[in-house]
Amino acid sequence: MAEQEGAVQTADTTRVPTVIADDLHIVYRVYGTGAGKGSATAALNRIIRRKPSTGVREVHAVKGVSFTAYRGESIGLIGSNGSGKSTLLKAVAGLLPAERGKVYSHGQPSLLGVNAALMNDLTGEKNVILGGLAMGMSREQVHERYQSIVDFSGINEKGDFISLPMRTYSSGMGARLRFSIAAAKDHDVLMIDEALATGDRSFQKRSEARIRELRKEAGTVFLVSHNNKSIRDTCDRVLWLEKGELLMDGPTDEVIKAYEKETGK
Amino acid sequence: MSTVSETTHDSAVAMSAPPTSDDGLSRAELARKYGLTQSGARPSLPEYVRQLWDRRHFISAFSSAKLTAQYSQAKLGQVWQVVTPLLNALVYYLIFGLLIGTSRGVEDYVPFLVTGVFIFTFTQSSVMAGTRAISGNLGLVRALHFPRACLPISFCLMQLQQLLFSMGVLVLILLGYGQVPTWSWLLAIPALVLQFVFNTGLAMVMARLGSKTPDLAQLMPFIMRTWMYASGVMFSIDVILKEKAVPAFVHVLLDCNPAVVFIDLMRFALIDSFTSDKLPPHVWPLAVGWALVMGIAGFVYFWKAEERYGRG
Repeated sequence: MAEQEGAVQTADTTRVPTVIADDLHIVYRVYGTGAGKGSATAALNRIIRRKPSTGVREVHAVKGVSFTAYRGESIGLIGSNGSGKSTLLKAVAGLLPAERGKVYSHGQPSLLGVNAALMNDLTGEKNVILGGLAMGMSREQVHERYQSIVDFSGINEKGDFISLPMRTYSSGMGARLRFSIAAAKDHDVLMIDEALATGDRSFQKRSEARIRELRKEAGTVFLVSHNNKSIRDTCDRVLWLEKGELLMDGPTDEVIKAYEKETGK
Repeated sequence: MSTVSETTHDSAVAMSAPPTSDDGLSRAELARKYGLTQSGARPSLPEYVRQLWDRRHFISAFSSAKLTAQYSQAKLGQVWQVVTPLLNALVYYLIFGLLIGTSRGVEDYVPFLVTGVFIFTFTQSSVMAGTRAISGNLGLVRALHFPRACLPISFCLMQLQQLLFSMGVLVLILLGYGQVPTWSWLLAIPALVLQFVFNTGLAMVMARLGSKTPDLAQLMPFIMRTWMYASGVMFSIDVILKEKAVPAFVHVLLDCNPAVVFIDLMRFALIDSFTSDKLPPHVWPLAVGWALVMGIAGFVYFWKAEERYGRG
């Protein structure tokens, strides 16, 4: 094992850990996983026949993952769909309670995303304020940044759309506003999940630039992506997850090479 | 220098451990050395209160956003804020006032009934919203950081805002039935504040229970309806029990019922013919006691499970 340690080691020896995951296990409990139809008669039928399919099913999404992330690192997470990447991020952010094990972090790691706090029935304007407050900005900060959020989203380029309810937006417009709100806050440990840069070409360019900016300001960045190129471009270390287990942890080139070999690419 | 794809965590441990002076430290020791805190750990109670205070603007923005979103698809829009309680009162009046005739022996029956319905609905909907505060907002809980107590509190605040619309309707009804505004109407304010604190505490208890057992949301309507009939919302308990031999302790229990306490306080404040002799004994101390006990106990109970909300 000793030689592998050198793989992650960089020139300076004063490396400050920002996130430590210690033998982390995450278990989801899913209710109502009964197979087949969800009708009352089907449920009754199952109860009468004493099939065990109803009730709770446990999904062991992350199985004993350990790693230490340092300040200034950009860490990519790769793995096939359902390998537990997003779950791991949520656990690091402290949003999903761990079944076993612990996550230690410097400051408050945050997921880049605010979708859940927004309400489709409200105007874009109110959603900008609500989203900002939900991310923990003060009221003054929200008002300060309001105009730049709206300008960045480009929602008002084709007329006064910001005063319309969000349910009237096209999916692209909605995605642009959501990204603009989420990207308005600076983060200590930042986690970015998958393709956030949506919308048309010009907006994609703008949001990629903004992510780069955020990464510079943040101490440590985690990026979940299926796009190996964007991982190569932005990350210097990669964690490869498969079936909830940490398969590999090392410099980007090595891990991606092994991953591509495995996935037959 | 090859990174082996072993599936054990031991390999991961070795790979990311830095060969510096930190070598040989366990992960927990390393975390302590660099002052890392446990992600998603429960803050201390004073710290929690401070965090909650920092989020006060979010709480109020969230509750008024929910309130506005509620009727935004309806053509009449926010008019429903007023019409809904009015229709509610009308239905109860038709059934209990005209058909069953519980109005016998109650002076000013319509103000009596409407006050009861509105005040009980405040507690009822707070409890119902509280039950679903966490389990119905898992997406939010799993996406963003905030003290989770924000959710039940802002749902109760939303119910309070809704109640204020209802109180506007109530004032019109009172005036229509010849009640003249007096200084005693001001007593409605402390009564509402106490009830709000009580509701919030209860909602936080229900939020914790509901987060563990989402099925409660199906069960609660029946419990709440039972509570409503036991609280003399549409009849006077005193009149009903007058001719019956009821053990004294039942009387005491009925008088201590927090819903009865808050409803009767409001009736006493607003309706002239509802005089102080109709109030349960020690009603103000009871109201303050219920608010304090439920408010504090509910808050502490909710905080105790703070780090566990969001688990499926």
